[in-house]
Amino acid sequence: MARLSYYTTACALAILFLFPLLWSGWASLESPSGFGLENYERLFTSDNGIRFYHVVNSVLVCLITVGGTLLVSTLGGYAFGRFRFPGRDLLFLVTLAILMVPYATILIALYVLLGWLGLQDSLLGLGLVLIMFQLPFSIFMMRNSFEAVPRELEESALIDGCNSFGVLTRVMLHAVRPGLITVGLFAFLTSWNEFFAPLILLNSTDQFTLTLAVVNMRTASHGAIDYAALEAGVMFMAVPCVLLFLFLQRSYVRGFMSGALKG
Amino acid sequence: MQRRSWVGAAYAAPTALVVGVLFIVPLVLVGWMSLNDWPLLGAPEINFPENYTGLTDNELIADAAWFTAKYTIVITALLFSVAFGLALLVQHQRRGVGFFRTAFFLPVAVGFASASLLFLGLLSSEIGPFHTDTYISWTSGSPNLALGSAVTLVLWRFAGFNMLIMLTGLQAIPLEIYEAARIDGASRFQLFRRITVPLMRPTIALVLTLMIAGSLLAFDQFWILTRGGPDNRTTSLVMVIYREAFIRLDLGSAAAISVVLLGVLVVFNVIQFGVLRRRSQ
Repeated sequence: MARLSYYTTACALAILFLFPLLWSGWASLESPSGFGLENYERLFTSDNGIRFYHVVNSVLVCLITVGGTLLVSTLGGYAFGRFRFPGRDLLFLVTLAILMVPYATILIALYVLLGWLGLQDSLLGLGLVLIMFQLPFSIFMMRNSFEAVPRELEESALIDGCNSFGVLTRVMLHAVRPGLITVGLFAFLTSWNEFFAPLILLNSTDQFTLTLAVVNMRTASHGAIDYAALEAGVMFMAVPCVLLFLFLQRSYVRGFMSGALKG
Repeated sequence: MQRRSWVGAAYAAPTALVVGVLFIVPLVLVGWMSLNDWPLLGAPEINFPENYTGLTDNELIADAAWFTAKYTIVITALLFSVAFGLALLVQHQRRGVGFFRTAFFLPVAVGFASASLLFLGLLSSEIGPFHTDTYISWTSGSPNLALGSAVTLVLWRFAGFNMLIMLTGLQAIPLEIYEAARIDGASRFQLFRRITVPLMRPTIALVLTLMIAGSLLAFDQFWILTRGGPDNRTTSLVMVIYREAFIRLDLGSAAAISVVLLGVLVVFNVIQFGVLRRRSQ
């Protein structure tokens, strides 16, 4: 009896949580002329719809953010996890402090600063800002990953004549791979989905990322909103993330838990 | 050894560069901007304390601050209860529990802006399933309806995320403690009140901090779902910052609101840590 009521409650809740996604998928495929990709066609062709270059922009921002985050946090995690140097603890604390300062409050200054650096309205500028916002989590994660690698592994490579960079590329990178996957996945999900930072930092529609372009279908439409095409946009944005999440669920959850437990 | 220390510093250099240029400099800059008349285009000029005195005259700010506070209280209470409930529901290994965890967590994989657009369609009378005989606009009919819609959206999108944090806290409690209490004849409610809640305190503090900080900075849900309406009645503080900067083109005033908001959050975090530390001693 207790089992039955448990499964009834849990199933009802699961349906409640899955319903919006399933509905959106269904609504994006349904049109007056039947089931098909008509709404997706309108998504890409209507006047204030999205264009192929918006997809390219989003992919570029993701590449910059994921690549940059992996590079900076691997080197930084190696430094924090394996070396002692002056200012080490201070730098680590300041990096974590980024989490304490919610970024909506410094984006106005970043907008001005990127203008001074000649990076106004640029995908590179946006990518750099997103790397900075990823750093606290990523550095934390990578430092823990490097600290967990047994010293012997490193020492045997040093005896074989590797310098510290050789140790990093030949031995350590392989050992910290689960951490790299988690960091990369988080960086991808954030940069693909981010809305507020691009809204502030990008001005011209041909620089818009996918998220901005899809939201623009709502905010820039003066007449009726094309809701069906909007749901097609939602699905176009969400499906890659959902698939990637289901595929990498284990490392996502594991990385997340190690962060939450120690943090 | 001296050399090894330089090597370490070299590996940390990219981190230092990114943190220095893109975090420390903007942090100082936002303070400096708040002391200036800083138009979006054109040269800035010192006008302290006008940006700050201007805050008190701006009626929209008072309304937005009040609304943001109200929203923060409502969403924190609801989100906490739902997330804790879900975590308790899926904490033990049993058949199908993996599916339930995934189902509750899946909305987290959808971006928040996308989720807001999803709900915009879901709650619309044009294609949504919730239309009644008499027309109701769920997202702009009345301030309370609009707030309710945004709250539903946030619950759906964030409950799984907070559930996962609380699940880590629940699973860190050793099972022997429960066993011992059960042998002593404790009821299920007593187990929850006397063991689960006290031992979960650090996790609860973490979750509450994240929720409160997140809702004080609410933007996407109101910008996209309710457009701050009806009548600016669902306009949050961050929306006011955006409006000051990019619609009224007054970056100085936007910076001043940011500095105040930042101050509130820092004070809040310090209090939170103080309470947390005292309790854990």
